[in-house]
Amino acid sequence: MSADDTYAVELKEVTFTRGSRTIFDSVDIRIPRGKVTGVMGPSGCGKTTLLRLIAAQLKPDSGQVWVNGRNLPELSRADLFDMRKQFGVLFQSGALFTDLDVFENVAFPLRVHTKLPDEMIRDIVLMKLEAVGLRGALELAPDELSGGMKRRVALARAIALDPQILLYDEPFVGQDPIAMGVLVRLIRLLSDTLGITSILVSHDLAETASIADYLYVVGDSQVLGQGTPAELMNSENPRIRQFMQGIPDGPVPFHYPAPDYRTDLLGGD
Amino acid sequence: MQNNRALEIGVGLFLLAGVLALLLLALRVSGLAVGAGQDTYKVYAYFDNIAGLTVRAKVTMAGVTIGKVTAIDLDRDRYAGRVTMELMEEVNNLPVDSTASILTAGLLGEKYIGLSVGGEAEVLENESVIHDTQSSLVLEDLIGKFLLNSVNKGESD
Amino acid sequence: MRKVLPLLERIRLLGRSGLDVLEALGRSTLFLLRVLLGRGQFGSGFQLLVRQLYSVGVLSLPIIVVSGVFIGMVLSLQGYNILSSYGSEQAVGQMVALTLLRELGPVVTALLFAGRAGSALAAEIGNMKSTEQLSSLEMIGVDPLKYIIAPRLWAGFISMPLLAMIFSVVGIWGGAMVAVDWLGVYDGSFWANMQNSVSFSEDVLNGLIKSVVFAFVVTWIAVFQGYDCEPTSEGISRATTRTVVYASLAVLGLDFILTALMFGDF
Repeated sequence: MSADDTYAVELKEVTFTRGSRTIFDSVDIRIPRGKVTGVMGPSGCGKTTLLRLIAAQLKPDSGQVWVNGRNLPELSRADLFDMRKQFGVLFQSGALFTDLDVFENVAFPLRVHTKLPDEMIRDIVLMKLEAVGLRGALELAPDELSGGMKRRVALARAIALDPQILLYDEPFVGQDPIAMGVLVRLIRLLSDTLGITSILVSHDLAETASIADYLYVVGDSQVLGQGTPAELMNSENPRIRQFMQGIPDGPVPFHYPAPDYRTDLLGGD
Repeated sequence: MQNNRALEIGVGLFLLAGVLALLLLALRVSGLAVGAGQDTYKVYAYFDNIAGLTVRAKVTMAGVTIGKVTAIDLDRDRYAGRVTMELMEEVNNLPVDSTASILTAGLLGEKYIGLSVGGEAEVLENESVIHDTQSSLVLEDLIGKFLLNSVNKGESD
Repeated sequence: MRKVLPLLERIRLLGRSGLDVLEALGRSTLFLLRVLLGRGQFGSGFQLLVRQLYSVGVLSLPIIVVSGVFIGMVLSLQGYNILSSYGSEQAVGQMVALTLLRELGPVVTALLFAGRAGSALAAEIGNMKSTEQLSSLEMIGVDPLKYIIAPRLWAGFISMPLLAMIFSVVGIWGGAMVAVDWLGVYDGSFWANMQNSVSFSEDVLNGLIKSVVFAFVVTWIAVFQGYDCEPTSEGISRATTRTVVYASLAVLGLDFILTALMFGDF
């Protein structure tokens, strides 16, 4: 039962619990190949967990995670190591290795997975850095970079091995508008020119909706809705509407569960 | 990379310093002999009482250290303590009737073995035995004897 | 609104914390086994080790050397005062050397090492965890246990015994300086007394064994605390504190056991 070729990643009836908390309850998600897919939802609904499931950093309690026709939970360690060449991940904080300079950071995956000679690695690294516009920052240390530049270097590192799938974990958090604009452009560009399948986990509505071809909204350990950004905007589902339009109170309550206000105030015991 | 090189040299120096420290401890502090030895030969001596003598105590002649005690055990048949000594090869002219006695450095100091020269022409060789020995001076025995003597004296008066 | 817990509840909590301790012990042991036995190491392990030897070993040298000299000097001074009232001040060399080799060398080095290098290791690894560098390595396909943890563990194992030896040597040197040059103990009898009473196999080697054991425990605690910490700034600061506290307690407790085993039977 190999996966359909139009989908790069397919989650089938995936259940994942952490402690007593159910994060996903029999979730089905399909990520179309070569498109930008956004996964959105309120904070703490398990979006990052989803990325880790797709990247096989976590194993689901039950269910299947198909990536390019292979079921990840069943793979051996060596096969997984091989599979990881097909992934690039952009972590929330960039996650540059602090003891290596920019060049070595981008060269790192190449050194791990290939036996290319040094000159060739240098050329590839320069090309990737040029793509994110930071070829001049070659010799800087990560702590000399601004937050936006860090993320661009991390992006260069993520595409160093020409992955087929790129995972972005909250790429827009804490970025100034310019840096955000640059990132949006880069993500779109990578997807359009290289045909990379991009999976974007975010709660930044405007930016995500502006570049995603398809959106999933998750919450309450379920998929609440899916569709193109325009479809979701006009959704009848009150939960989706609340999220898409940013209404403070609704199905997702404004108040944390508490005893009755009046009795709490009066009853001083 | 220049930086890398300095780092490696630093680590090299550190390892060297550590090994050097061990060497210093071995040679200068614990007095371990280089090359595990100068040639030595083994001599045994039997004592009625070795009280207080320990392994690694020195063996001297005329106050000069010429060897050390390497083992102390009990001879089951003789009911005597057998002391194994290693003497330096260069002192190979000790007569067989030399005397070994257990001495004390100062009143409360450590025990050691003193050798005094005999008169025979034959000399001690490897694995030979010194027959003429003088046991350790045990303070309690001395006091006991002294007391007994004075009691006896009192009775005869 | 603090409620007084009923007795049964307290007993339950006690049992629970006991289980937590057991769990942490098991987890850290598995962690150690995975670091030491796991296969597949990327990159030149030697290069990584050298870098860690530098930051763990070489950078700890100043504090070790300075403390060693002062402790040796103090030992010599105190020993001289006590011994001279028995008229045996030439034994001060023996006393300084034995104290340093058997006890203070390994123990004080381990405590200083836990404070200087152990806390730094825990903080560094914790920081890598919180900035997702460890996850990132894993995604690239490099086992962080091998690439990050293993070189640090080995660097700790290797450098602490060396540091302990250096500590003892400079301590004895400091002691000799005070006794011979300042207090006027005769040079020859100072060293001769020391050499007569210090045995290489018993004192020097046993001290070395002690410091190897301490190195193992302190580094293990440090890297585990760093790796296991909560990836937040409070988590990291808690991990460094725990590293120093646990490592110091472990060193002192183990020291008693080792001393009883090594020197207890005479």
